[in-house]
Amino acid sequence: MIIRRPPDIASSEITPEQVYVDRRSFIRLAAAGAAGAAMTPGSLSALGRPSRGQQVRFEDMESELGEPVNSYEEITTYNNFYEFGTGKSDPARNSGPFKPKPWTVTVEGHVAKPGEYHLEDFLAPYKLEDRVYRMRCVEAWSVVVPWRGFPLADLVKRVEPTGSAKFLELTTVVRPDEMVGQRYRVLEWPYLEGLRIDEATNPLALLVTGVYGRDLPNQNGAPLRLIVPWKYGFKGVKSIVKIRFVEEMPRNTWWAMNAREYGFFANVNPEVSHPRWSQAHERRLGELRRRETLMFNGYGEQVAHMYAGMDLHKWF
Amino acid sequence: MAASRRIVLGLKVVLWLSALAPAAWCAAGYFFDWLGANPIEKLTHVTGMTALVLLLVTLAVTPFRRVTGWNPVIQLRRPLGLFAFFYVCLHFSIWMVLDLGFRLDWVWDDIKERPYITVGFTGFLILIPLAATSTRGWIRRLGKRWTKLHRGIYLAASLGVIHYYWLVKADVRLPLRLGAILAVLLAMRVAFWWSKRREKVRRAAVPAASAAAR
Repeated sequence: MIIRRPPDIASSEITPEQVYVDRRSFIRLAAAGAAGAAMTPGSLSALGRPSRGQQVRFEDMESELGEPVNSYEEITTYNNFYEFGTGKSDPARNSGPFKPKPWTVTVEGHVAKPGEYHLEDFLAPYKLEDRVYRMRCVEAWSVVVPWRGFPLADLVKRVEPTGSAKFLELTTVVRPDEMVGQRYRVLEWPYLEGLRIDEATNPLALLVTGVYGRDLPNQNGAPLRLIVPWKYGFKGVKSIVKIRFVEEMPRNTWWAMNAREYGFFANVNPEVSHPRWSQAHERRLGELRRRETLMFNGYGEQVAHMYAGMDLHKWF
Repeated sequence: MAASRRIVLGLKVVLWLSALAPAAWCAAGYFFDWLGANPIEKLTHVTGMTALVLLLVTLAVTPFRRVTGWNPVIQLRRPLGLFAFFYVCLHFSIWMVLDLGFRLDWVWDDIKERPYITVGFTGFLILIPLAATSTRGWIRRLGKRWTKLHRGIYLAASLGVIHYYWLVKADVRLPLRLGAILAVLLAMRVAFWWSKRREKVRRAAVPAASAAAR
């Protein structure tokens, strides 16, 4: 039985031990940096890059818990992106005609500096970094992904939200011509997601433009998507065209569609079970045995404080 | 007679080949690693879908016979039903052994707490006695009760469609289509039963007239 073939590596390609050891420390450092960045946000961008002149292969990367990243193929052929169809392989198969360039992003609402940008200009002020995150889907499967992006917090700071900005609302593009899934109203289009402002400024929240050091493929949400690794995957809105700062809690798509099963916060929580899937355990792609699901997907140290005093059974 | 026997034989060969094809595809896919990033999920889906389709085909045999009047087709009903049960068993085992790793506490949790699994599991339980009594000996022994018992397939197939419908997150088009087919197949039975009953009533009321009509 073959779940995952061992890679064919020439011995000359095997990473020297010193690089290996350094890589581990750099990833730990990156994770610690992400955790500590609440106090020193400036330090964040300096960390987390495969730097120091050493070649770290993306496929050799690990999470801060020592979990190896999933293969590029797994990450880019098994997706939930209903704009391209509801099957897991539909996005990879149907997203060919989608054109992520040119791209425009609008920032609006309660901010001092609203604007409409070409993607290149939008990204120009930020330093991209690589981060390995677990992603846990609400359907009880998970992957470990080396994303490339920048902290959403940096954007929030730059556009200067006013006192009335309590939430962010992020919207996916609508292009039924290029996105076959949008020709049928399986969900309300456009896909919409939201974050509380403190969640958006949490150092773990990333605006992502790449994976495995390459530009995001269409099926993974090109050219710009959100990653909030302590929440279920559906919070990671893809192909973002609009970021609006609002006062009221946005009605995110899945919550609007089925409030009994999906909420606004959607924090990974093994104790709050979903009517269709046990959330206590998950299948990591490429693994045979299921794993126990971690509270906040293992990021409790960095995010739990934001929900202190909240009843997480009510605010699921 | 000989011609229809040859046709039935031919149909049986087609039936065996096409009913075994999904299982062969699954086995080959597992060994050659073409089931995608989540092979266990793929196996679960393929076996489940095959089971549902075969249940519907099984249920189509009787209406087909009534409409066409071609009785030999009935010989396909038992192998079809048993193949459906075979895929239900595969589907169940893949879920319990491969997916949940035989953790019986997880299995029980799912059966108890997830409605789509509750109905799917119930459908599976209903099919067990039907499969067990599918032999000639049991048909003889049970007589009229056999027919009654085997009406359980109506319920099992309905639960199977509900199982699928409840499992789907948003795109319910395919489960609804299967549900519509099932509804037609069951409605045809009601129609047959109704016309038979009316025929009986008519004959009882005016035996002379119906005799004359003959």
